[in-house]
Amino acid sequence: MPQITEEYDVVVIGAGHAGCEAALACARLGLETIVFTISVDSIALMACNPNIGGSSKGHLVREIDALGGEMGKNIDKTFIQSKMLNKSKGPAVHSLRAQADKSEYSRSMRMVLENTDNLTIKQAEVKELIVEEGVLKGVKTTSGATYYCKAAVLCTGVFLNARCVYGDVSEYTGPNGLKAANYLTDSLVANGVEMYRFKTGTPARVDKRSIDFSKMEEQFGDERVVPFSFSTNPEDVQIDQASCWLTYTNEHTHEIIRENLDRSPLYSGMIEGTGPRYCPSVEDKVVKFKDKNRHQVFLEPEGLNTNEMYVGGMSSSLPEDVQHAMYHSVVGMENVKIVRNAYAIEYDCINPMQLQATLEFKKIKGLFSGGQFNGSSGYEEAAAQGLVAGINASREIMGKDFLTLDRSESYIGVLIDDLVTKETHEPYRMMTSRAEYRLLLRQDNADLRLRKYGYQMGLISEEQYQNLLEKERQIKEEINRVENTFVGATKTVQDLLARMDSTPLNSGSSLAELIRRPELNYHVLKEIDGERPALPEDVQEQVNINIKYDGYIRRQMKQVEQFKKMEVKKIPENIDYDSIGSLRIEAKQKLNEIRPMNIGQASRISGVSPADISVLLVYLEQFRK
Amino acid sequence: MKLSEDTVAAISTAMAPSGIGIVRLSGDEAVTIADKIYRSPKENKRLSQQPSHTIHYGWIQDEGINIDEVLVMLMRGPHSYTGEDTVEINCHGGILSVQKVLETAIKHGARPAEPGEFTKRAFLSGRIDLSQAEAVMDVISAKNEYALKSSLGQLKGSILEKIKEIRAAVIYEIAYIESALDDPEHINIDGYGEKLEVVMDEQITKINRLLATVDEGKMMQEGIKTVIVGKPNVGKSSLLNLLVGEEKAIVTDIAGTTRDVLEETINLQGISLRMLDTAGIREASDKVEQIGVDRAREHAKDADLILYVVDSSVPMDDNDKEIIQLISGRKAMVLLNKSDLESVVTLEQIKEMVDAPILSISAKESHGIEELEDRIKTLFFAGELSFNDEVYITNARHKKGLEDAKKSLEQVLQSIEMDMPEDFFSIDLMSAYESLGEIIGESVGEDLVNEIFSKFCTGK
Repeated sequence: MPQITEEYDVVVIGAGHAGCEAALACARLGLETIVFTISVDSIALMACNPNIGGSSKGHLVREIDALGGEMGKNIDKTFIQSKMLNKSKGPAVHSLRAQADKSEYSRSMRMVLENTDNLTIKQAEVKELIVEEGVLKGVKTTSGATYYCKAAVLCTGVFLNARCVYGDVSEYTGPNGLKAANYLTDSLVANGVEMYRFKTGTPARVDKRSIDFSKMEEQFGDERVVPFSFSTNPEDVQIDQASCWLTYTNEHTHEIIRENLDRSPLYSGMIEGTGPRYCPSVEDKVVKFKDKNRHQVFLEPEGLNTNEMYVGGMSSSLPEDVQHAMYHSVVGMENVKIVRNAYAIEYDCINPMQLQATLEFKKIKGLFSGGQFNGSSGYEEAAAQGLVAGINASREIMGKDFLTLDRSESYIGVLIDDLVTKETHEPYRMMTSRAEYRLLLRQDNADLRLRKYGYQMGLISEEQYQNLLEKERQIKEEINRVENTFVGATKTVQDLLARMDSTPLNSGSSLAELIRRPELNYHVLKEIDGERPALPEDVQEQVNINIKYDGYIRRQMKQVEQFKKMEVKKIPENIDYDSIGSLRIEAKQKLNEIRPMNIGQASRISGVSPADISVLLVYLEQFRK
Repeated sequence: MKLSEDTVAAISTAMAPSGIGIVRLSGDEAVTIADKIYRSPKENKRLSQQPSHTIHYGWIQDEGINIDEVLVMLMRGPHSYTGEDTVEINCHGGILSVQKVLETAIKHGARPAEPGEFTKRAFLSGRIDLSQAEAVMDVISAKNEYALKSSLGQLKGSILEKIKEIRAAVIYEIAYIESALDDPEHINIDGYGEKLEVVMDEQITKINRLLATVDEGKMMQEGIKTVIVGKPNVGKSSLLNLLVGEEKAIVTDIAGTTRDVLEETINLQGISLRMLDTAGIREASDKVEQIGVDRAREHAKDADLILYVVDSSVPMDDNDKEIIQLISGRKAMVLLNKSDLESVVTLEQIKEMVDAPILSISAKESHGIEELEDRIKTLFFAGELSFNDEVYITNARHKKGLEDAKKSLEQVLQSIEMDMPEDFFSIDLMSAYESLGEIIGESVGEDLVNEIFSKFCTGK
């Protein structure tokens, strides 16, 4: 029987948040790219929470944007509320979070994909990888068609052998009743890939008309919205925003849950997958935090053209009748109508330690992967990996150096390094505390950190790059000026200080010294700074942060220097750890499994001691000479 | 993890009873650090301005106080053992001052060397032939294993517990702050500084107590291993009880009462002695006693100091000869006990047989004990008594760990004082957690993430 056979440069499997970034990156870099999805209507589907960003995730979106990814631009076009979290804290933990109009987000991303040159969208299920002697050659779909390619990116999300569960109801589907992908796991296993089974969950969606908002607290967006993308004009995002609503569970809710715990598929053992601790179901919260008599519940709109609302904080896999009682017990939700039940979803993913930091499989050349398939969770984590996997698949085809970001320059680097180096036993979520040098990795300077890479890769235009260089120049010049501009104890100065509750000057002081006072900043000193040039807002912000936190920033930069020394000590790919007698056995095993790229990565493997690293350094020295 | 290419310091001579000890500094900052602590007689000599491979007489000072009279050897890289700038400080004031000099160097910016680090550096800078790589790797792994054992083995259980306690308090605070930053709509930490201030004060007080312990040398289990040997019933157990100050060993008139080894730690004005009372050495009458006697011999073999107790009222015999054989060439003292009874063994008689100082005591009447203690102290301060050298550097590492942790916590207090945002607190809290972890050999790993998820309810 004749079958379709086609050839592409890159095959991307899955069109979720990772798949979209991967496909766009490859196509934009000029490679013929085909992206497979189980349903074209579900491209960039936000299957769980209706928001993008949040603590540390907002950083990821900014970094994706700096590198030339799409997520930031797309949410800027489709958000309905936006907030800068932690605004009263240090700049390192400021994080943008926007509520999305889910269907608009999905539709808008689909349009971007549809209108990108070199990119073909195909609705089909990939069931098999064609691998010859450790090299990926192509994929086959369930329809029998074959697509040969030079590289493939796996972004299957939660769809591999997906199963949705609540109570004793169990359906073998992906989210929203979408078809699961039930063949690909077998092909992966046949090619020697080690699989994990993870689990996650989502709360119910309810009808807005059935909620009594008068009993809840209204949550507004920020007055002045900051866009995610460095290329979005800030004026374009000043829109009328939708509200979210806050209410709480109560003792009665908890009682209902406790009484029905035995009917939870988690407690009965029906679900085997490992769930994330940071995203506990409401039943988990009640069991684990017994002394808390209430938990927050956020009602978030799913979009502007729907009445559905997301019940944040109450994900569950309890049976339908228990869910009904439980949601109804919450103040303001007494008469709530549930549109979609909460459920837990189990899926196949990989042990990501099988990947290199480029996100290519160590054992299958040309095969890359990103997103939940790699054991992470979250739209932003997925998109970040998809982008890197897509870029590196392209680089491999073009015979160019890979893009690997390190922990000192980006959250994406932290994310990928953690995934491929440390053992994960639950879906991995980004957190600012995972970044050792977070004071340097701020969301406000993602462009300064990463745009150059985006430019080198070819995803950032010459014009954008020149703008960046100009911004860098302005920042440097202004910092220099402020450090070297002195003010005396004049009346204007003392008046300003008195107004700001700041100690008066005894003698002269540089503007920089004043900025470093906790109660002052760059902006308020404007009136005593006669020679201040007119500078864009983002430049002013950088000047302020860099001067104000100078001491801490310097300290972290010093640590980064030490860190870099270890990162540049490369370990040859063919190193034979078994032949190094002085390594401890545990270290040998771990090093053999993970095969780190450099000494820095090796030192982060649990079970590899400082002594093992010393031994390794001595061994490598022999190699080098 | 200490992978940085900074300047390290260690005592590079064995702590043998030589009186002279060398503290070696190696790394880019070696000369700069040495300059900070070295004073020439005319007070104007800068080591940094001296030619390489020269020796300089002077003093090591800390904040104007003389620590020791020294000779400082200056060797600039690559012509040094490690291939790096190296300074060797020859100290003359005995073990305590060698240790003090090391501490001073650390205080002024050096880091205590990791086990085998000098060898590693020498190799990496090409000073050791490539063909020796195998041997170098073996040295590093063996030394580390040994150090790990001694470091953890020497750390007293109670101290380990205290450090763990402080660490637990610190990580709890980090987790609290971090979960609030991670999920600001669930957890509010506005104004948290005030509460944290109290916790910081408490933890700093605890660290101060531990630091005092380090200075008194009490942090280490390992003191000078002092083994009491002798024939049965010569009064070994009485002596132990006397030194300890309480009845630890059972004392009877029956020969062979002590059948196994009894261990007690005593402190002679800051000098820690591990006293081991052993079974009397003789042809054993049964199997159990035989084991005890064998153990006594074993312990005597690796003792830092042997106290050989002789009953002056009983004539010397073959068993004494065996003991004398056992202690020959070792650091030992002969204690002529039972001076209250009529003696049949004289001082002169023993002098002929043993080459060791002899002291006449009466354990029963507490006579001569003070003199014994004085003698031990003198030996120690003169540097003639030493023990497992690894202890000194371990001690220095521990002290540095505690001091670093303290500094970090003080930095937290300062940040609170300065009204910094809460996320800055966790930077220094984390440094403190790491420094304390190094003392007990624990890295950070996933501790924070685990603490956040187990103690705080976050998430959607």
